[in-house]
Formats: sequence, structure tokens, C-alpha cells
Amino acid sequence: MLGFILKRLLLAIPTLVAVLTVVFVLVRVVPGDPTLVILGDQASGQARADLRAKLGIDRPIVVQYADFLGQVATGDLGRSLATNRPILDDVAHVLPYTIELTLAAIVIGVAIGVPLGVLAARRRDGVADWFARIVSLLGVSFPAFVSGILLLIVFAVQLRWFPVISTPRTSSVGDRLGSLVLPALNLGLLMVAYVTRVTRSGMLKALGEDYVRTARAKGMGGRVVVWRHALRNVLIPIVTVVGLYLGALIGNAVLTEIVFNRPGLGKLIVTALNQRDYNLLQGLMVVAAFGIILANVLTDITYGLVDPRVTAR
Amino acid sequence: MSAALVRQSEAPLLQVEGLTTSIRVGGAWRDAVREVSFTVAGRETVALVGESGCGKSLTALSIMGLLAAKVGRVSAGRITVDGVDMVAASERQREAMRGDRVAMIFQEPMTSLNPVLTIGFQIGEALERHRGMSRKAARARAIELLERVRVPSAKARIDAYPHQFSGGMRQRVMIAMALACEPRVLIADEPTTALDVTIQAQVLALLAELQREVGLAILLITHNLGVVASVADRVLVMYGGDVVENAPVRSFFARPTHPYSEGLLKAMPRVDSAGELVAIPGHVPTLPDMPDGCRFQARCPLRIERCTERPPLAPLRADPAHEVRCWVRAS
Ligand SMILES: Nc1ncnc2c1ncn2[C@@H]1O[C@H](COP(=O)(O)OP(=O)(O)OP(=O)(O)O)[C@@H](O)[C@H]1O
Ligand code: SF4
Ligand SMILES: [Mg+2]
Repeated sequence: MLGFILKRLLLAIPTLVAVLTVVFVLVRVVPGDPTLVILGDQASGQARADLRAKLGIDRPIVVQYADFLGQVATGDLGRSLATNRPILDDVAHVLPYTIELTLAAIVIGVAIGVPLGVLAARRRDGVADWFARIVSLLGVSFPAFVSGILLLIVFAVQLRWFPVISTPRTSSVGDRLGSLVLPALNLGLLMVAYVTRVTRSGMLKALGEDYVRTARAKGMGGRVVVWRHALRNVLIPIVTVVGLYLGALIGNAVLTEIVFNRPGLGKLIVTALNQRDYNLLQGLMVVAAFGIILANVLTDITYGLVDPRVTAR
Repeated sequence: MSAALVRQSEAPLLQVEGLTTSIRVGGAWRDAVREVSFTVAGRETVALVGESGCGKSLTALSIMGLLAAKVGRVSAGRITVDGVDMVAASERQREAMRGDRVAMIFQEPMTSLNPVLTIGFQIGEALERHRGMSRKAARARAIELLERVRVPSAKARIDAYPHQFSGGMRQRVMIAMALACEPRVLIADEPTTALDVTIQAQVLALLAELQREVGLAILLITHNLGVVASVADRVLVMYGGDVVENAPVRSFFARPTHPYSEGLLKAMPRVDSAGELVAIPGHVPTLPDMPDGCRFQARCPLRIERCTERPPLAPLRADPAHEVRCWVRAS
């Protein structure tokens, strides 16, 4: 198992380099002059050239690229063009909020999606099945900002169950959780949709498999057959779908943070965009790339845990 | 009841009387197994043979109570396993019987084991369920069972997963699993069809040995008449859901009487005869196209007018233990 984990981590390195390259190129092909942003349009040509030299963007692109990779490798994301603060500090400050939100969404997605999908498969075309279908349809068809606004209107404005603005004012755990509920639910709905869908179809298939018949031939009751024999096998596609949609989840987390005015990567991205802070933008993309690649590695490792055939390969 | 001859002195452990099983095809319920009757005593092996789709597996699943409710149901008849009426029993009672008094092994050892559970757990599970054993005790017993079915280095492989075993070894695991609770009746649905010929022989020999040891009643489903000749005491030939011939194995091979049985034997490859293989012309009609009367009539060379009526399963005058369902041959 340890060797398997090590192998996955090593395999992630080329992917990471490729993604970093794309980020580097992207930031450099976006139109717009960063010196304009910093110095305004009144500055002289000389001042601009000085700033370029200071920022290092006058050097040959290859040198800049090597420099960039070297910096990332040492954990340095550079400084913000707008505030001159180290980007890593800014990111480290808000990252826990985004991670918290994403994890909460996964927990909600699995905790609701798996039982709902199982129930739907067991009583095909029954009430639970119709409910599951509606939930998964709603979950995937509502953009995160639309469902977020709807949730806000109903639960925060009308019912006043949760705060409208979910920035925790105190650091108490209760407050922090209270402010997490609505955003997490908003994001979780998407995960519920995906997980329900894959669980339902996976269970329908698994319940028709020969090994389920074998379990029943051993005298196993319906519950054991479903939760032990069938669901264990469906964990494999469930892990796949969670891993696959983690990227989409992070994207929607950003939207959700904006709608709920919650601190996190989302707000930082908006700031970076508004201020044309290319350095910050680049740093955020690097962080996002790391996040997604890490999520993929975790997904692979989880495969190894739920499917004994994987580590053997 | 037919005059089934119980060769051994033991009472029948499995009794099937007038079993009719219906399945739903395109919204209509149709009888896929019709009035099947037979008994299997301890230490006896009864073989169920016939072409694909004739209802062998449905008969087995009916006995086990494993028909999918929306697709199949026992619509008439009585099934008694070790004195317990399986048709009248509640689902809970049937569950208590399955894996304990009556066990089943299946054709595909590749797909019949759960890929994500260790084989030790899968063997021990029935012991936990029916014997109330602890996980640890069940595991220890599972090792003994694996040794009993001669899986090499059982101790080391008890925590392995099915994909780490070959087909023949998996079928041994299936047998160990089925026999874990020392059932009285074993149903083996084509247990060797998916295996190489040499492995087939080993698995059959193992089954015979275990049968002698614990006095199992075995219902063996197979396509292979060679297997029937070597291990069965009695043979039932099915065609289109009907038992068309029911005979002790010796009289069956000496005097195959139903035209369909004759065809099967002619289609069987033999080492000792240079004769050509003759396939039975035509094919088994699908259930909705099944004719009234004798179900073999479309393919039968001996057909007479009366064959549109269903012939009874009647004992031969010369040998009352030998029954045939045919207007021409039974007289
Ligand atoms: N789940 C099912 N749904 C619909 N029809 C079925 C189902 N199971 C069996 N049948 C039909 O019932 C009939 C008998 O099937 P059965 O499986 O008992 O055949 P068999 O004799 O075991 O054949 P084989 O040698 O191929 O295993 C066939 O016509 C088959 O198509
Ligand atoms: S009853 Fe008629 S059709 Fe059927 S097997 Fe006998 S002779 Fe052939
Ligand atoms: Mg079959």
C-alpha cells in the first residue's frame, strides 16, 4: 500500500509541471499591461521600464519560466502587485475557509446521496426513486449562484434561520458552523446530485450481479446483501465521481463564497481580477492546480482502499 | 407421485412435487417449469440435464427460493428440504434454511464471489449468520474448510481476494463456502462448465468425496452427459420446462427412451465410437412460442397426431423406475 501511494505521488509530478506551464503561459497571454495597473496611465516610459525590471518581466521568457518553476518548488508564490504582501500569506489566511466549505459539501453529498441512491435502487420507480431523480436533476441543473440566492431568500431572509452574510463575527465553533450551513448546503446539493445518481445506477447493476445471488444463497438478509455485498462494490464508482467532480466543486465553491459573501479563495480571486493583480492570479491558479492534483492523488489512494484489485496492479 | 426408487435406505432430503414455476415475459406469466417431481436422498446424486433454456436453473432457484419476485414465482407444487416446506415458508424461514440446510454453487466462479471481500470472510459469513460464530472463530473454521477442499497454503490465502485465485481454486472456495454449515442438500448448477477438463474432473471428484463423507443429497445440473454417466445415480431430462425422462442412470444409458434423450446421446461426443455426431435439428422454441401438448413436437421425428395433447410422464412397463413423457415411446 505504501509503495502504491508513493507511486501515485511520483506520477503526479509531471502533471503538476504541465499544469504550472499552462498557468504561466495563460497569465502572460492575457492582454493588459501590469505596469498600467500599478502606476496608472500617467506614468512615464522610464518609470514603466524601471518597474518592469523590478518585477523581472523584462527578462527573456525562458528565464522567467525557470524562475517561476524554481519559486513554486521552494513554496514561494511571489508578492501581490497591488498590496506587495506575500501571496502565500494571503492564500493561507483564506484557504481554510474554502477547504472547510468543500469538505462539508463532500460530507453532505455522501451522507445524503449514498442512502438516497441505495433507497432509490431498492425501490425502483417507488417514491424514493422519484425523489432521488428530482434531487439529482435539480442539483445538476441549478447553477451554484442561483441555488445560493434561492437558499438565502428562503432560509436567511424569510425564515431567518441562518445569517445572510456568513462571515463568522466571532471565532466560536457554533458561529462558524452556523455560518457554514447554508453555503455548504448550496454546494453540497451538487454533490448530492452526482452521488445519488451514481449510487442508484451502481446499486441497480450490483444487485443483479452473481455475487449478490451467492450472498442470498448463503442466507444473507436483504440489509446485509445491500449494504455489505452490493454497496462495497458501488464504493468504487462513488469514489470516482467524487474525485471527478472535485474540480467542479472547487469552481462552485468560489461562486458560493461570492454569493454568501464568505471569506475564501473565491473572494481573493474576485479581488485579483478587479485589481488586475496578475501575480496574485497566477499564485491562486497554482494553488488551485495543487488542490486538484492533490485531490486526484487522494482519489487514487482511496481506490486502493475500496478496491483490492487496484493495489495489485 | 411417481414410483421413484430410493436406492439408498435414507429418506429423501429433497422432495419436489408438481413444481410449476412461471416467469413474466412481456407482461404475461408463462410456465417455464411444468409439474416437475423428483426426490433426492442422502448420498444420492440426481442429475438434471437438457439444452440451454429448458428450465434447469429455474428449478434450482425455485428450490432455493431465489427467484426474483418481479420476474419469477412458484405457481404450484411443493418443495420440501430436510422436512421443511420451502414454498409455504416465510422469506425469513427460507433465509434461515439457505446456506444452512440447503446450499448452492453456481456456474461462474469468476463472478459468483464478491470481488471486494476476502474469501475467508465470504466463507466465514455463513457460519456467523447460521452458527452465531464470532468473526475469529469463523475465520479459523474457514481455514479448515479451505484445507478440506484442498486449496494449497490455506492459512496464507485466507485473507486473499477472489481475483488472486484461478478458476478451479475459486470453485473450490465456492464449495467450501457452500459446505461451511454442513448442509443436507447441495444444488450444483453447472459447477464445472466454466473449468478446464482436468480441473472439472478434480472438482467433481472432490464433490463426490465430500458427499460420501457427510451424506449430502446432490442435485447436479449439467449439460454434460459424460459427467452424468460418471457421477449421477438418477437422471432427469428436461425439455421446454417438462421432465421428459426420469430414470436410474444405468437404464438411461442402456435404454434412452424419449426421442429427445436419444437425440442428446447422439449429439454427445464419445471416445469409443467412430460414429458421427448428430445435432438435434431445429432449436428450442421460446416460451411464448411453446406449443401446447408435447413441447418437443416441432423437432420430433416420431410425431403422431396425438402429440398435440400433452403426454403424461409414465413408467415403462419393463422398468417402472424408468419414466418417459411420450405417446409413442411410453406404451
Ligand atoms: N430472469 C429471467 N427473466 C426472463 N426470462 C428468464 C429469466 N430467467 C430465466 N428465464 C427464461 O426461463 C427459461 C428457463 O431458463 P433457465 O435459466 O432455467 O434455463 P437453463 O436450463 O438453466 O439453461 P442454461 O443451460 O442456459 O443455464 C428460459 O427460456 C429463459 O429465457
Ligand atoms: S409425444 Fe410425440 S412429439 Fe412428443 S416426443 Fe413423443 S412422439 Fe415425439
Ligand atoms: Mg442455467
